[in-house]
Amino acid sequence: MSDAMLRLEGVHTHIGRYHILHGVDFTVPRGQLTMLLGRNGAGKTTTLRTIMGLWQASKGRVIFDDRDITALPTPDIACSGIAYVPENMGIFADLTVRENMILAAREGEIDPHRLKWIFGLFPALEKFWSLAAGSLSGGQKQMLAIARAIVEPRQLLLIDEPTKGLAPAIIMNMIQAFKELKSTGVTILLVEQNFLAAKMLGDTVAVMDDGRIVHRGEMAELAEDKVLQQKLLGLSMDAHQ
Amino acid sequence: MTVATATAADNATLPKVKIDWLPAMLVPILALAALPLVGSFSTWVTLTVAALAMGMMIFLMASGLTLVFGLMDVLNFGHGVFISFGAYVSLIALGPLAGWVASDNIGLNILVLLACIAVAMLVTGGLGWAFERIVIRPVYGQHLKQILITMGGMIVAEQMIHVIWGASPIPLRLPEGLRGAIVIGDAAMERYRVIAVVLGLLVFGAMHVMLNRTKIGLLIRAGVENAEMVEALGYRIRRLFVGVFIAGSALAGLGGVLWAFYRQTLTAGMGMEVNVLIFIVIIIGGLGSVGGCFVGALLVALVANYTGFLVPKLALGSSIMLMVLILLWRPQGLYPVAKR
Repeated sequence: MSDAMLRLEGVHTHIGRYHILHGVDFTVPRGQLTMLLGRNGAGKTTTLRTIMGLWQASKGRVIFDDRDITALPTPDIACSGIAYVPENMGIFADLTVRENMILAAREGEIDPHRLKWIFGLFPALEKFWSLAAGSLSGGQKQMLAIARAIVEPRQLLLIDEPTKGLAPAIIMNMIQAFKELKSTGVTILLVEQNFLAAKMLGDTVAVMDDGRIVHRGEMAELAEDKVLQQKLLGLSMDAHQ
Repeated sequence: MTVATATAADNATLPKVKIDWLPAMLVPILALAALPLVGSFSTWVTLTVAALAMGMMIFLMASGLTLVFGLMDVLNFGHGVFISFGAYVSLIALGPLAGWVASDNIGLNILVLLACIAVAMLVTGGLGWAFERIVIRPVYGQHLKQILITMGGMIVAEQMIHVIWGASPIPLRLPEGLRGAIVIGDAAMERYRVIAVVLGLLVFGAMHVMLNRTKIGLLIRAGVENAEMVEALGYRIRRLFVGVFIAGSALAGLGGVLWAFYRQTLTAGMGMEVNVLIFIVIIIGGLGSVGGCFVGALLVALVANYTGFLVPKLALGSSIMLMVLILLWRPQGLYPVAKR
């Protein structure tokens, strides 16, 4: 068993006639939280969707837990142990919070102890358990989307911009929840635009630009190096503190 | 702690669940509004029961189509095939049960009807499976090709009916005990229509329970909303779709049997004739919404019957006019499905 939970090797993705990913290479270490950063349009969401098989890689390999999943259909990738929270959260608005969670629990009944733990992370979900998910606020929808991803133990969580559009207080709650998730040893690949959140949560980081990985390393190093931040991301983390 | 008891949160602070009753209330509102226009109470009862029976049959025929469209974005203009085939294959059951058809024992008559329904659903379900594999599967995601090939499929199926059962209309004898009317006061309600209403309600109830109380039902509802996310949760949406397509075809077959006994004549084009009406119903209801389809079917049938009685010249266009009015009020239909 290698130290890498997920490895992308020279992944290219085309959407229609557009060439979006140009040979993406990076590794998500087992048991760590890896931040995937980059400007808008850099290819972060495409990378996550390619890992999930929602868009097919035209070249290269996606290796998950020492297994090549590049050509697998999305349901098989999900069943192999990867949970995905898309940028738009992907909640089923017409279904209740409870029904959303039931669907996410593939193995059968929801484990009551795990549910209690999830309610501890996101108390609003217990409160709104029987309400249609579409009637939740943006932050509550995001909580539901993440809760759905962790309703059963998964080896890898792919989460796309979970703090996007949320109020600062909710973002802090979300950061606390991710810290607790990290402490369980689950591997997480997190796409994020909020650099404060990235700095607080990330163990390792990969920075994308124009469909390529332009930097890989420790998150703490990037957080300290303002010149590198300016060069890679066009701004300094100081602006986000 | 179980999932059920985990809801023991502070219920007093829960916001109220909003249920949109207004579209559903249109059915009784419309019926009551027609009463003074019709004038006679007994005539109004007869018209209303007939409309409810017709509405139930339209719902049965349309419910599968709305799910198929909602789940996989497939425009199946050949849905009428299953209605026609369902009606014709009921002859298979009617042959050996001719004695029960002629009997005036209503129990035996209902058994004949149920046997016809069982055969029709079995055959049209199988036909649906083949139709999905041969006709629909090659054109996923291509709406124009879907319209052309499914209409082509329907024409081929109609010709097959001509080959198997002949081109002439076939009279269909309604079982003896289902003929005639139940008279209450001055109001007469045809027995068969009452049975159609009961059957329609039973199927709607079963569908409601299935869609809301089972995991398969939840998956169908979730798939209608966001098929991609259902796949990302680890479920194969294609398999689900094939299952829904087969069930939808079987329901159309069931509707076809009821429709055929209602008309008491079989014609190869009977499915194509109601195709437009079915599309109007699913558009009115909101594409992908079973509840909307139910309300839409009842509204279309009520409007058609009342208009036919009050202003016969307008009857032909009444469904289109209703659709225009509904879409002006709710452009996504009565119960729009939240799409990703």
